[in-house]
Amino acid sequence: MTTRPNSLPAVSAMTSGAPPGDRGKRHRADRGKRHRAVAVLRVVREHFVMIVFSAIFVSPIAYMIIGSLKPSGEVLNGLRGFEPTHLSFQNYTGVVSRFNSDATGHFGQFYLTSAIVSFVVVVGGLIVNSLAGYALARLKWKGRNAALLVVIMLVIVPFEAIAVPLYYLMNTYRNTYYVQFLPFVASAFSIYLFYSFFAGMPRQLEEAARIDGATPLKTFLLIIVPMSKPIFATVTILTFLSSWGSFLWPVMTVDDPSVRPLPLEISVFQGQPPLDWGQIFAFGVMLVAPILVVFLLFQRWFVQSVASSGLKG
Amino acid sequence: MPAGIGLLLFVAVPFVTAIWLSTQNVSLNSGRAPAWFGLEQYRRILLDPDFRGVFYRGLLNNFVFAVIVVPVQTGAAVGLAVLLNRKLKGMAIYRTFFFMPIVFPMALVAVMWKLIYSRDDLGMLNSVIHAVTFGHVGPVDWLGDSHFALASIILLSIWQGVGFQTIIVLAGLQGISPALYEAAAIDKANRWNQFRHVTLPGLRNTLIFVVMVTTIFSFRLFDQVYILTPTGGPGNSTTTLMFQAVNSAFNANNVGRGAAITVVLFIIVLAITVLQRRILKEEREIS
Repeated sequence: MTTRPNSLPAVSAMTSGAPPGDRGKRHRADRGKRHRAVAVLRVVREHFVMIVFSAIFVSPIAYMIIGSLKPSGEVLNGLRGFEPTHLSFQNYTGVVSRFNSDATGHFGQFYLTSAIVSFVVVVGGLIVNSLAGYALARLKWKGRNAALLVVIMLVIVPFEAIAVPLYYLMNTYRNTYYVQFLPFVASAFSIYLFYSFFAGMPRQLEEAARIDGATPLKTFLLIIVPMSKPIFATVTILTFLSSWGSFLWPVMTVDDPSVRPLPLEISVFQGQPPLDWGQIFAFGVMLVAPILVVFLLFQRWFVQSVASSGLKG
Repeated sequence: MPAGIGLLLFVAVPFVTAIWLSTQNVSLNSGRAPAWFGLEQYRRILLDPDFRGVFYRGLLNNFVFAVIVVPVQTGAAVGLAVLLNRKLKGMAIYRTFFFMPIVFPMALVAVMWKLIYSRDDLGMLNSVIHAVTFGHVGPVDWLGDSHFALASIILLSIWQGVGFQTIIVLAGLQGISPALYEAAAIDKANRWNQFRHVTLPGLRNTLIFVVMVTTIFSFRLFDQVYILTPTGGPGNSTTTLMFQAVNSAFNANNVGRGAAITVVLFIIVLAITVLQRRILKEEREIS
């Protein structure tokens, strides 16, 4: 992988910095050299440890990407599965043309479903949850404390605990986009994140706006939102991560191929013989590509989002 | 407030429905109306010899998963976060690599690892083990052998999940004041003592949070099991509460039993949360 060049200078520095058997040199210089050699050795060792761990995390991903570009017969081939030989995009075109009827669904439809559902969950969620968080943090209304308590209590209810009754209640909406996004737009966890952020903001600007006669909604849109980019980014990233990968709920509510999201479809695809692993991996790469690209471009934001999700206690 | 209504509609109402459903005999699309069933669903899953075996096996698997994943994943996260918190050229690249699995949806991770776990001696994991042990350990049927199936599920779950915890622990590490380390250095504390007396206490709240989230996650286990062992594993060795809840509601068309299982699931999650609040509270009283 690309970590190699990183460690190369260190290795060459070690070999030139500590040539064996220079006993005749002055004692002090020798000592300095040895110090440097020890330091260099330590750096090499640290890089070695990091490369080993990186390999653990990256190798399954590399295996999938390389496998997606190889002829299917060469994917399940022991360690040679990593050998980049006979590369082509045939598996990719194969996947797209394989899903070509209403019975199998069309590849574009899986993508469209995932995109529509994630888009509505993220954007709709930003709107309703930020407003709710603001109302809880700043507006004065009857029952606000009770509402806050309810939100905090609902944060701990995992979706799994309500999936079965929700499946029962929404049975008539099976196989639609609605059923896939409706339960996830309003989220207690997102409201809580917004609430904590807004509650920690200084009040002066809002009070100035109120004195100028701005309505709460106007204050929110013109003053709060522009100042709250980090929390909007955080909620966007966390919501997108979970909704793009959503699996349990589609398993329960979707069987029509025309509204199947990508994760559900790959689970169906990998269970239908004859298995074509080159194509399955190509499907996987296309499934993760959008989110992986966003991660590589905005890694700092990703890391901050995940970190801030843990800072509540 | 639309969000409030949404929450009420999609969380609170189903929750009440869950409790109601768990006392009914319901099947969907059968034309039969739900009938009062009392606590029969609970009696069946908890006491009836015909049903309780699988249920307790699922519960046990969830517990085993938690007992292994919580310490291993938390320990690994602390170790990796300490590694990533040092100054080293190229650390940004290493971070990217370490965190990459977290953006992979669990369904995809399961599919990737299905081939890695192939029982074929050309399967990736079997080949790696063959190479490392110079051929002394033969090919293993990772998912088809009841001794290894749950372990296989655990391994890929840690691979995917540890990055999350590492990020959270890393943030915790960076929140520890450098002055504490300087003071420890003045006292000539060695690295291990610094770790024990400065790092670990500084991470306490972070670790409690991480442990709680991972424990709850262990009881929500579903995606990997459903994809890798669609029947619940050899001898039910990988079945879980959630797997059974979906199976009952879906394949057995017994929504009442599914609801009863998720009510049990919720009680467990609630107990873990209450326990965590307790621990945090006690700690505040001590300090």
